Amino acid sequence: MAKEKKGVRLEHISKIYKDPKTGKDFYAVKDQNLEIEPGSFVTLLGPSGCGKTTTLRMIAGFESPDEGEIYLGGEPINALTPNKRDTAMVFQSYALLPHYNIFDNVAYGLKLRKMDSETIKKKVTDILALVGLEGMENRMTNQLSGGQQQRVALARALVIEPGVLLFDEPLSNLDAKLRVSMRTEIRRIQQEAGITAVYVTHDQSEAMAISDKVIIMNQGVVEQVATPQEAYYYPNSKFVADFIGECNFLKAKVTGQDQVEVDGTSVKCATGNLSVGAECDVVLRPEGATLSDSGAIKGTVDYSCFMGAYQDYRIKVGDSLIKIQEYNPKNKKIYKVGDSVYLNFEDNTLYAL
Amino acid sequence: MAKSQSASLDRKKLLADPIMVTTIALLIVFLTIFILYPLAILLVDSFISEDGFTLDIFKRIMAMANFRRAITNTLKVGFLVGIASALIGLLFAYVEVYVKLRTKFMEGLFKVVSMLPVVSPPFVLSLSMIMLFGKAGIITRFLLHIYDNSVYGFWGIAIVQTLTFFPVCYMMLKGLLKNIDPSLEEAARDMGASRFKVFMTVTFPLILPGLGNAFLVTFIESIADFANPMIIGGSYDTLATTIYLQITGAYDKEGAAAMAVVLLAITLLMFVVQKYYLEAKSTATLSGKASRERMLITDKSVTVPLTILCSALAIFVILMYVCVPFGAMFKTWGYDFHLTFKWFGQVFTKYKGLKAFKDSFILSLIASPITALLSMIISYLVVKKKFKAKGFIEAVSMLAMAVPGTVLGIGYIRGFSGGLFGTGILQWLYGTGAILVIVFIVRSLPTGTRSGISALRQIDKSIEESAYDMGADSFKVFMTVTLPLIKDSFLSGFVTSFVRSITAISAIILLVTPSYLLITVQINEFAEKGSYGIACAFATILIMITYGSVLLMNLVMKYFGTSRRVNLDE
Repeated sequence: MAKEKKGVRLEHISKIYKDPKTGKDFYAVKDQNLEIEPGSFVTLLGPSGCGKTTTLRMIAGFESPDEGEIYLGGEPINALTPNKRDTAMVFQSYALLPHYNIFDNVAYGLKLRKMDSETIKKKVTDILALVGLEGMENRMTNQLSGGQQQRVALARALVIEPGVLLFDEPLSNLDAKLRVSMRTEIRRIQQEAGITAVYVTHDQSEAMAISDKVIIMNQGVVEQVATPQEAYYYPNSKFVADFIGECNFLKAKVTGQDQVEVDGTSVKCATGNLSVGAECDVVLRPEGATLSDSGAIKGTVDYSCFMGAYQDYRIKVGDSLIKIQEYNPKNKKIYKVGDSVYLNFEDNTLYAL
Repeated sequence: MAKSQSASLDRKKLLADPIMVTTIALLIVFLTIFILYPLAILLVDSFISEDGFTLDIFKRIMAMANFRRAITNTLKVGFLVGIASALIGLLFAYVEVYVKLRTKFMEGLFKVVSMLPVVSPPFVLSLSMIMLFGKAGIITRFLLHIYDNSVYGFWGIAIVQTLTFFPVCYMMLKGLLKNIDPSLEEAARDMGASRFKVFMTVTFPLILPGLGNAFLVTFIESIADFANPMIIGGSYDTLATTIYLQITGAYDKEGAAAMAVVLLAITLLMFVVQKYYLEAKSTATLSGKASRERMLITDKSVTVPLTILCSALAIFVILMYVCVPFGAMFKTWGYDFHLTFKWFGQVFTKYKGLKAFKDSFILSLIASPITALLSMIISYLVVKKKFKAKGFIEAVSMLAMAVPGTVLGIGYIRGFSGGLFGTGILQWLYGTGAILVIVFIVRSLPTGTRSGISALRQIDKSIEESAYDMGADSFKVFMTVTLPLIKDSFLSGFVTSFVRSITAISAIILLVTPSYLLITVQINEFAEKGSYGIACAFATILIMITYGSVLLMNLVMKYFGTSRRVNLDE
């Protein structure tokens, strides 16, 4: 559907802001290098204040970078104003024009492109069908639910066939259930339209569900660029491991190739480039261990709670508390507070940092 | 860290938008020539003589006993009026927000009181004060049989100004009180404080900065007021009237300029304190929105006395306004109470009333759409755009609020009678209707801009960004998104500026030439001569025009305003 899928490249991009309290300059985004493939769905993920929205707004043209150059489809676009850039943004607050009806909202960008009214009508009708809003052309924006308004915002952005579609936390104003269905919807529409998309969110499950690649940012710096699976199983920093999903860090020492010692016990663990004898943190996901009456690492149950889908435990091992979730607890032994248990790992679940 | 690249990119982006660059440039030129330059020329006039910098002119005016007296007079009146207006305003606001008085009658009274100062010419109350309490006053002479009561002077000005300005305080404080979260007071009540204690320890401290703000705003209004002291001041001269007499009576242009500088210095100082200290503080303490409805006070020992007090004040104010049309219909005020239309007749037959109304009407009607549009453009630039000169544009358009009309008038005389800096450039403006229109615009610009700014701040900035992102340039965004969204504010700016213009006098009276007859100037002239019948007839028609235009605005807003946004499915 898009005229041309465009890639986005950020070269050494930095943005400096002044801290309003201290009056000091700081890097909101620092020396960022990114390559976003044409047609891919990429998510900028990170806690608030990590620079993800600033990055998105620099691509859109609302902010100007202090260092570096942004390329869209190979062309440098630093000096272009937002209206001259081949991008379209879906805003957090939908940002529909409240004095126009749905049709006019979607047609706004087309009219600015001086298309004839026949073409406009056809394009608007088609795109409204794509986002599932057939027949709503004459409604006013305040007659729509939040989810419908966001669909209009999406249709409005898609209809001008931009080289890249930008999303600024588009689902954060919706309730939890709608968020889940809308994200699948967005993914479907992006795939159908075959358009490049850059998506900003602080919600890691949203990022995992929707993206080809996630870019995890922290304090203005890119921590990792990876597929959701890579980022989950092979985080390259404690920050990423902790931010994507829940996580335990076990203090350990590398004793050999893919072999580490935790609390005096030797266990199998991917060690990557770590050298023998190095201190390391072993990343253990809560669902990555099972509990039994015998096994590798011994501990005591500190907390045990039924959560429906899983039994939630805190196991005291040495000085640290380890969070374990045992899924489908119905047919499993339930340990009580004070019980002694052993942690067992499957061979490739542990990963050392 | 170097921020130079983003600055240069922002500049490039700005320059890529020629309409906006031109608009900004024109605005800067307009503000500089018509606000900054006339004030600067006053400084030049009063500090620079043929042999360079001098303080002689100030020494000379300070040596004048009547000028020194005018300073103390002005400050005394301003102080009293400020305090009285803030307190009466607080009383009305408190009763409106806290006390259960939900009768139609009271609601009507409060509405009328808040409307009156908006629609009436500034000096109407002086007229009625004289007619009610003066030597031939109905109340003094006929009810109380006092035959030599003098309303002229300090008390006359103070009472009239207080009655004129307290509704402004009432409206300001009402907004603040409504923003107090009732649970704060309930918490205090719950811990055992009496209602009076709650007021003194919770409510009052919370609105104290707001009260200070209201005081200063009124103070500035009072010392800048020209028309009331002119009519009811008698021999009690204030700064504004002294300056006027200095230039129209003594033809002492340098002296008047220096006096204007003194008046301007006082209002500017107050304005800076008010704007940058109190206003920020009064909104900072009350940023929250009330979480739910307040439990109104129903206790009879509170409601009854407050009702009586407020009604009495409100009825008194209304009576004073009502007195104006009656003044126009009695044969001879104070002596012959037969009804007659001869004054209205004379307005049109003898005193060229039609021309006066036409001139006032047309000039105001030219000025007001320009003012409304300009203030919307300024607000748009200030709220939604970033560029270097933004601070300048905002500061200068707000500065105009602190400039008393008389000062501006003197500035225009000195600045344009010989053209810019005496070079003859723009001299053609002087004495034309155009300069009157410009004065109207400059005088109404701050109010319009302020309301535009607050309207725009409520619009999510991503709405305009989305249009920008879709491919619209700044001009298109303004025309298709911003303006339609703030059309209520535009409309009210239009009408407010029309009403302000048609009722303006202080700067205008210095600049008007015999080829233009303006209603307010006529009223002032007849009131000074003691022809109250004619003055009242003029004023009555003027009030009808202004009131009519406000009604019309409300009607238009009701049917075409943004509140009627929803149109149902066809």
